[in-house]
Amino acid sequence: MVASSSSLKLQDLIQEIREAKTQAQEREVIQKECAHIRASFRDGDPLHRHRQLAKLLYVHLLGYPAHFGQMECLKLIASPRFTDKRVGYLGAMLLLDERQDAHLLITNSIKNDLSQGIQAVQGLALCTLSATGSAEMCRDLATEVEKLLLQRSAYVRKKAVLTAVHMIRKVPELSDIFLPPCAQLLHEHHHGILLGTITLITELCERRPAALKHFRKMVPQLVHILQTLVTTGYSTEHSISGVSDPFLQVQILRLLRILGRNHEESSDTMNDLLAQVATNTDTSRNAGNAVLFETVLTIMDIRSAAGLRVLAVNILGRFLLNSDRNIRYVALTSLLRLVQSNHSAVQRHRPTVVECLREPDGSLSRRALELSLALVNSSNVQAMTQELQGFLESCPPDLQANCASGILLAAERFAPTKRWHIDTTLRVLMTAGTHVRDDAVANLTQLIGGAQELHAYSVRRLYSALAEDISQQPLVQVATWCIGEYGDLLLEGSCEETEPLQVKEEEVLALLERVLQSHMSLPATRGYALTALVKLSTRLRGDNNRIRQVVSIYRSCLDVELQQRAVEYNTLFRKYDHMRAAILEKIPLVERGGCQVDEEAKESKETAQLSEAAPVPTEPQASKLLDLLDLLDGPSGDAQHPPPLDPTPGGTLIHLLNLPCAPPPPAPIPNLKVFEREGLQLNLSFVRPPGTPTLLLITVTATNTSGGDVTHFICQAAVPKGFQLQLQAPSGDTVPAQGGLPMTQLLRILNPKKAPLRLKLRLTYNHFGQSVQEIFEVNNLPVETWQ
Amino acid sequence: MQFMLLFSRQGKLRLQKWYVPLSDKEKKKITRELVQTVLARKPKMCSFLEWRDLKIVYKRYASLYFCCAIEDQDNELITLEIIHRYVELLDKYFGSVCELDIIFNFEKAYFILDEFLLGGEVQETSKKNVLKAIEQADLLQESLFS
Repeated sequence: MVASSSSLKLQDLIQEIREAKTQAQEREVIQKECAHIRASFRDGDPLHRHRQLAKLLYVHLLGYPAHFGQMECLKLIASPRFTDKRVGYLGAMLLLDERQDAHLLITNSIKNDLSQGIQAVQGLALCTLSATGSAEMCRDLATEVEKLLLQRSAYVRKKAVLTAVHMIRKVPELSDIFLPPCAQLLHEHHHGILLGTITLITELCERRPAALKHFRKMVPQLVHILQTLVTTGYSTEHSISGVSDPFLQVQILRLLRILGRNHEESSDTMNDLLAQVATNTDTSRNAGNAVLFETVLTIMDIRSAAGLRVLAVNILGRFLLNSDRNIRYVALTSLLRLVQSNHSAVQRHRPTVVECLREPDGSLSRRALELSLALVNSSNVQAMTQELQGFLESCPPDLQANCASGILLAAERFAPTKRWHIDTTLRVLMTAGTHVRDDAVANLTQLIGGAQELHAYSVRRLYSALAEDISQQPLVQVATWCIGEYGDLLLEGSCEETEPLQVKEEEVLALLERVLQSHMSLPATRGYALTALVKLSTRLRGDNNRIRQVVSIYRSCLDVELQQRAVEYNTLFRKYDHMRAAILEKIPLVERGGCQVDEEAKESKETAQLSEAAPVPTEPQASKLLDLLDLLDGPSGDAQHPPPLDPTPGGTLIHLLNLPCAPPPPAPIPNLKVFEREGLQLNLSFVRPPGTPTLLLITVTATNTSGGDVTHFICQAAVPKGFQLQLQAPSGDTVPAQGGLPMTQLLRILNPKKAPLRLKLRLTYNHFGQSVQEIFEVNNLPVETWQ
Repeated sequence: MQFMLLFSRQGKLRLQKWYVPLSDKEKKKITRELVQTVLARKPKMCSFLEWRDLKIVYKRYASLYFCCAIEDQDNELITLEIIHRYVELLDKYFGSVCELDIIFNFEKAYFILDEFLLGGEVQETSKKNVLKAIEQADLLQESLFS
């Protein structure tokens, strides 16, 4: 035949491909060869078929299509020659996964090969079955595999056991067939079979509580096996760096963990052995550390004695100091898992954890951050915050958001003094302003607002910060608000807590004007600035011409919100000048207390509305909400317009976080995924603040895993009559692609009648060049959200 | 284990063993992205990283990266031993193995792996037994080959 003489041998083909200098050349060589291969498949010598397939498999590895070889795999598998089968089965594993139609056709061949006598062939069949066997194939061949568990050849038995593992994963009902042989198999001496058996038992226990109960009886036997392995089982054949068969040890330890979990008796039985392994394992090399690691995990997960637990945590502490980064990594991961249940034990290792923050390796510093945040408490908050601030200044951008919100949360929970709290928040805003959550601004304004003794201090610090940098929006917003409120304190006298600061009125006004005009300022920020300017008209002693001029100019601003404000303020100057002082009065101190204060404050601030800046226009939303409500079944008359401005910017925070003497938090309500379309996902998370039984806070989080940005995203909500709904400003209107920073929005729902909650959402956005509108009712709201 | 990939410093795939059913398209996508992520790591960094919802364990031996994706409950440190054992097996078989050996004898690399791992789990912890099995299979291939 001419075909084989013009086509290459495998190694020659590989050589020629490697010699290709360009992608195009490579493609040419491959296409030419594939043509030969195709021809050969059609009418070539069956003796050489395996060579052709091998070449095709190589080409497939490089990323080229090879589907036309699928039927050849079948033919080769069915051939009696071992060489053919070897390549055929390899091809099946590479080209035929369970999605292909041809896949099922190998079932018969596998069945034949399993029952004939050559163990190498049986091995090939079992290997293929366990790598790519579909559920249907597993059902068909289960009894064949079961028979092989009793075969004389250890080689076949060990493969059969692991094939059973795969079968159970695919078809859990097959557990019934494979459970009984385990008892016998546990007596095996062959390490491979034993290992497979332990794996099989583990798989059975993870799927069936009945199996778990059954195998608990074997704990003493397992303990004995591991004991033998550790004390007398030394054999060079199975050891790594002086540790007896670490693979087997780890697998046994893992099974013991599952069996001992929540079971006093089993845990007792394994206690001594675990202590023995924990103290005697050689830790100079990775193999020993792998065993030790698994031991620690087991100790921490079962009902172990207190002394043993301490030992385990100390081992992790030692791991943390290990020069090997991998060991440090697993230590951090494990400690993180333990920090909730064994807080004080983990606290002891805090200094080392903090050291790990300085790791240049992102994997490690990320873990260290999570763990550090979990370790902050009232006694170490100042020192920890210092460390975390340092980390924030130099950490990679993807960790900044976590770090910033972590610091703010910790500050909220454990701040020793208000001044420290303000300073800390300020520092975070200055370092990572763009990464903080939306409520940071609200929190800080409320914090400052409520601390009269710190007004002068705050306004000075904020003024200095603002004068240096007007780009960090949250900081700018708080600063402008503060200057607007307490501008008089800024100018008069000195504050003993800060450097003496001589500020002239013109400078203050100029700074606010800069913020107003800067292209870096968000619309909301400019709103803050404009309002601050107007407030200053009553705080400053000089004449107000400059302020009036600015306000006047903005009456024709293109931004509707700003324009509206400017017109209102202008009117204030023109026609209601006698009322101006009263309207622009300083807000009363907002004490951080219960919901009651909220409501009172809301009422008293109806008149003071103009002096508060709202983050983003809610009026347009109010009118559209009516549309939305019309769509709900019940009459919508009662549903309130959200007040145009949010009078208590920090209101939500009181309830979101535990106050020091608040009752223990209720069990968290599970999150709810409510929407998914082309990679855009909407999740709702719920909080019922303990002090206010009628209040439900819903955070809507929008994430985008698709390749295209979602823009102009607006989420609106409606609730039935009898509920009060307030939408807070969203964090943004863009949800960046590829899992970028999610967009969040807070909904406050008051449910005084504790009626069953219903929620309708309307989404409008642009995605992949199309504008999308979705309206849907949220089902499956957990009862905990309204009961 | 969910899958194991071997690739060069230039990102060329030398071996791919998948223990979970995925379409060709998905496999290509995962491979492309994961290779990029691993190649971006600096030399002194640890061998573990979280990628999507998988734990990735990788190690570089000369010009080849050995990269495994394991499940949440799997032990990272023992996975390093699995990788190392596989390299030792290749080394013993080829005699001081290098990337070229794996390129020109990729089927053998697969055969050896299939004697060490089965369905993503370790099937044989004795180096001797694995190598013996390969030897016997090679002999079988030769004797029946006419």
